[in-house]
Amino acid sequence: MNVFRVAPPPRSPWHGRPARLVDVEPEAPGVATYRFDCGGPFHFAPGQFNMLHLPGIGAAAISISSAPDAATVGHTVRAVGNVTHALARLRPGAGVFLRGPWGKPWPLDALCDRDVVLVAGGVGLASLRSAIVAVGRRRGDFGRIRLLVGGRAPADLLYAREYPAWVRADIDIRTIVDRPAAGWPGPAGLVTDLLAGLDFDPRRTSLLCCGPEPMMRAVAAAGRARGLAATDIFLSLERNMACAAGLCGLCQFGPTFVCRDGPVFSHDRIAPFLAVRHL
Amino acid sequence: MSCSAAIGPPQWLAKPDFQAVIDALVAAGHRVVGPRVAAGAIVLDDVACVADLPAGWLDDQDGGSYRLRRDEAAGCFDHVVGPHSLKNFLFPAREPVATFIRDGAGWREQPLVPDPAPLAVLGVRGCDLAALAIQDAVFLRADVADSTYRGRRAGLFIVAVNCRRAAATCFCHSMQCGPAAGPGFDLAVTEIDDRFAIEAGTTKGAALLAAVATRATLTPCTPADTAAVRDVPQALGRWMHSRQAMPGAAAPRSLDTTDIRDLLFGNLEHPHWAAIADRCLACGNCTLVCPTCFCHSVEDVPDLSGDRATLERRWASCFTLDHAHMHGGGPRPTTASRYRQWLTHKLAGWIDQFGTSGCTGCGRCITWCPVGIDLTAEVAAIRAADARP
Repeated sequence: MNVFRVAPPPRSPWHGRPARLVDVEPEAPGVATYRFDCGGPFHFAPGQFNMLHLPGIGAAAISISSAPDAATVGHTVRAVGNVTHALARLRPGAGVFLRGPWGKPWPLDALCDRDVVLVAGGVGLASLRSAIVAVGRRRGDFGRIRLLVGGRAPADLLYAREYPAWVRADIDIRTIVDRPAAGWPGPAGLVTDLLAGLDFDPRRTSLLCCGPEPMMRAVAAAGRARGLAATDIFLSLERNMACAAGLCGLCQFGPTFVCRDGPVFSHDRIAPFLAVRHL
Repeated sequence: MSCSAAIGPPQWLAKPDFQAVIDALVAAGHRVVGPRVAAGAIVLDDVACVADLPAGWLDDQDGGSYRLRRDEAAGCFDHVVGPHSLKNFLFPAREPVATFIRDGAGWREQPLVPDPAPLAVLGVRGCDLAALAIQDAVFLRADVADSTYRGRRAGLFIVAVNCRRAAATCFCHSMQCGPAAGPGFDLAVTEIDDRFAIEAGTTKGAALLAAVATRATLTPCTPADTAAVRDVPQALGRWMHSRQAMPGAAAPRSLDTTDIRDLLFGNLEHPHWAAIADRCLACGNCTLVCPTCFCHSVEDVPDLSGDRATLERRWASCFTLDHAHMHGGGPRPTTASRYRQWLTHKLAGWIDQFGTSGCTGCGRCITWCPVGIDLTAEVAAIRAADARP
C-alpha cells in the first residue's frame, strides 16, 4: 500500500468532459443512438449513466448503452423532453458535456457462474445493452443467459440488428410486443408473459430488469413468486436529477438517492418503498 | 472548523466594545453580517456597528405567528431565530454554479466571479451551527463537492451566541443541537447584564480575539465567572427539558425522537398524512426557512445571443407539483405525498443518507407555516396511532 497516495480532489457535479457528437443512428420511432467522442477513453461500468449536458438547454440523466471499451460513448435516447428534443436536433460535430459516469452499475462481477435473466421494457434495453455486450465478452464466466425484451410494437424493439451477434454469444433472446403488426412472428402480450413461460432454477438465477416502473414492479413480483430471492433481483430506477451526485435531492426515493445509491438497486433494498404510491 | 474546544477561558468585553469585534473582522477583510430588524422581523443583513444589532427587541413566535415587540431589558441577542439562516448566504436561493461560452461547434467553460469578501456572521445559535454541520455533510463530501459552497465555507467566520431565551417554537434540546452553541464556532459570546463573555473555539477565533485586544479591554473571567457563563445556556436547557411555562414565556415544544426513522418509514400509509394535507397549503415556506433543506434544481440560462450559458442553481421545494418532474409527470401529485416526503426525509431518510437527523429543532418551519402546522405535533399524532404491525 502506498501511504503517500493522495486522495483525488472531489469531483464537481457541474463540470463534465467536452464531447463531440460523432453520429446518430435511428433505432426506433423517436429513438436514436448518439455516439460521442471524448477525445480519449471513457471508463464506466455497465448500468452507470451520464448527465448529458447541452449548455443553454439543460441536462438529462441518460444511461450509457455502448460497450465499456468502445471508442465512443453511446447513449440511446427517446426524444420526450426539452433536452432530448434538442439533442435530436444536433448535427455531428456539435459539442456537449458528458458529466459522469455516475451511479451503481449492474452487479456483473457478483453474477459469476450464475444463470442470468435480463428483462427489458422499451428503451430500458438501452441500460442493459452495455451489460449484454460485456457479458458476451466474458461469456464463460456465466451460466445460461436469457434476454426477454418487451415493446409496444415490433418497430419499437431496439438493437434488433445486433440480435444475431448476441445469439452467437449464446444469449437466448425472446421478444414480445403488445401491439403486434402484420407479419409479426412472435407472441403478443407483456414481458411478464415471457417470464411466466421461462424455465429457470431460482436458486442459481439472477434477474436484471430495466423498463417503466410499473413493468419492473410486475417483473419483480413475478420473479419473487417464482422463487427468486429479493437479493437476486436488480432493478434500474429512473428519476429526475440535476446533479447525479447526491447533492440536489431531486431523485430521492424513500431514504435513497437514486443517483448515488442506484440507479441499480437490489429488490430487497427498495421493495417496501416501491409498494407505496406517490413516494 | 479545525478545532471545536474552547481555547482558553472566556473573557469579559463591555457591550459597546463589541464594536472592536466588528472592526477586527472588517480589518481582516470580512463582510460582516448579523441580526437586524427589517420589515417586522429580525433578519440577517450587513452590520457595521453595535447599534445595528437588535438590542431591546424580542420575538414572540408560535405556529404561524411571528411578532416583534420592544422590551428595553432585552439584550442584543435575546431574540431567537428569524426567517434567515446561514443557508441564505452559503447556499443562496439563486446563484450561478458554472458558465460556458460557445467555442466553434462546442462550448468552453468560463471561470465564475468569486465573492468579493469572505463572510463573517454574528449571532449564530446552537441550532444553526448544527444546521451548518448538516449542510456541510451534504455539500462537502470527500468524493464530490460543490465548489461555490466550498469556497464560501472555507472563508466563513462564525461568532456564535449562547441562547438565554427560547421561543415557544424552539425544541433544540430534543434534537441535541442547543441551546449551548457549539461545536463549530470561531468565537462565541454569552450575554450577561451589560457585558459579553467572549471565547474562542478555533485558532482563527483566538487570532481575532488577539486583534480585538488591541482595540478594546478584555478581562479574563474568574473560575466562578466561567461557571456562571456556562450556566446561562445550561439553565435554559434545563427549563426547556422541564417544559414548564414561565411568566412571559410559553413552554417550548419538544419532539420525541425515539425510533423515529422506523416510526415514520413504518407509517408511510398512515391516514394522518391526508389529515395534515387538509391543512397544508403546499406553499413550501417550511422548506425555504429550513436551515438544512438543500434540494435544488439547476436551470440552463442562455443569454440573448445564445453564445453564453449559465448554469443557475435555484432552491427547489418538495412541496411544488413540478418538483423532480419527469416526462410522465411529477412523482408526488398529492399534498399528502409531498408533506410525507418532506417530513420523512427530514426526520428519517436523512439518518440513512447522512447519519444524522435533518432537523435541528430551530422551529422555523412551525413559525413560518401560514397555517401553523407543527411537525412536533404531527410526529406525536403518528406515534400515538402507530400503525406498524
